[in-house]
Amino acid sequence: MPKINDRYPASAHKRVSDWLTNGFTGLDREMTQAETPPAAPSAEAAGQAEDAFQEKARRDRERESDLYARLHHWSVTRGERQARLLYRFLAVIVCGGIVFFLLRTVSALPALGRVDAPVNNEVSYRYISRGPEETGAVNFVSGMILDYRAFDTLGESSVLFLASCAVMMLLRLDRDDAKGPVPSPLSLTGGDLHGDDILRASSLVLFPVIALFGAAVVLNGHSSPGGGFAGGAILGGALMLLSNAAGEERVSRLITERRASLAIFTALLFYAGAKSVVFYTGANGIPLDIPLGEPFSILSAGLILPLDMCVGLIVALTMYGFYRLFTKGGY
Amino acid sequence: MAALFSDHLYEAAAMLLFGVGFTTLLLNRNLLKKIIGLNVMDTAVYLFLASMGYIEGRFPPILREGVTDASAYVNPVPAGLVLTGIVVSVSVTALLLALTVRLYERFRTLNIDEIVLLARKGEK
Repeated sequence: MPKINDRYPASAHKRVSDWLTNGFTGLDREMTQAETPPAAPSAEAAGQAEDAFQEKARRDRERESDLYARLHHWSVTRGERQARLLYRFLAVIVCGGIVFFLLRTVSALPALGRVDAPVNNEVSYRYISRGPEETGAVNFVSGMILDYRAFDTLGESSVLFLASCAVMMLLRLDRDDAKGPVPSPLSLTGGDLHGDDILRASSLVLFPVIALFGAAVVLNGHSSPGGGFAGGAILGGALMLLSNAAGEERVSRLITERRASLAIFTALLFYAGAKSVVFYTGANGIPLDIPLGEPFSILSAGLILPLDMCVGLIVALTMYGFYRLFTKGGY
Repeated sequence: MAALFSDHLYEAAAMLLFGVGFTTLLLNRNLLKKIIGLNVMDTAVYLFLASMGYIEGRFPPILREGVTDASAYVNPVPAGLVLTGIVVSVSVTALLLALTVRLYERFRTLNIDEIVLLARKGEK
């Protein structure tokens, strides 16, 4: 066993057997010898060691920068794609999980169309059973959103007004912008449709019909399906058609930014004022007799008809305003 | 889960539609497609609300002459909630589109990654 023999001179066994054979003096001599400092390396050897150390450090630095370069290369070539793949994979997993738990929850709901579902409680029963005599509206939804829950609808109209204000702030063209308008990614037509014969001729027939239909939907909101929101959207569409067919400068001469804002503001103010009167008198027990009229006739349902007209005006002008702002950057 | 597509067809369809919209929102890099995904999610919520108000074999919530019994009509409350949802969704969509137009005018791209890169480069 050469290995053991090699290490034998330094082993504890050798030292103990030396001590046993030579006595204390042998161990003492060994210890004093070990304490003598090793001979100082020559200057040449020190220089060589220094060179070797520098060489090793240089190689380490090279290896490190090579590693970083390869990492960077990987991150811009394959790493980006792999991170994107991982993101897509995780996104699909997360969406699948959400859909799975939503479906589990849905399967625990009462079955579709059941009368005893908890959503069909005394609130809807009250709206339907007392609605026609309290609000005068034949359309229960109109009676609900413009009478029982009118505050909610005021909030909705204000949200529309605020949204149109925000869009106006974001999209209004800077007049002194020397660069000229940037093509919008949303303008589908790309050019002016004014002068298109087919559009102009068909809109001559279509516009009156659409506008009348919108007005009828607004005015009959309390006695048939419809109301301010639906009719307002139809009227807004009619205005967009007119703006494309008759030339936007004609329509925008009629509906200026100032007039549109003023009309929306007035409608909101009337709405808020009328409902304030109703809330105040109702809360303080002051009788307020608004004639409810005959059901199924246009002039009926008390305040619901004027409020529907207000909502229709707001929605129509907001829709038209969105269209103008997105295509032309101003009214 | 067994009765999911027999008893809860509309709700289940709404949830699947919600998932489709959410996946579109997460996976697409194009801002316009993200907005479309958000609108698909909105639509899923309308479908869910509308199906919650439905009651088998009843009239729509508009008074019929001679039928005054409250148990003859479907629930009108979800219809009003859907109306609120539509209005809010229109407003949010308009605001998002306006912001997208501004971003396009500034960076000339609709890709959200490129916009973030360009915006970071502009900060330095």
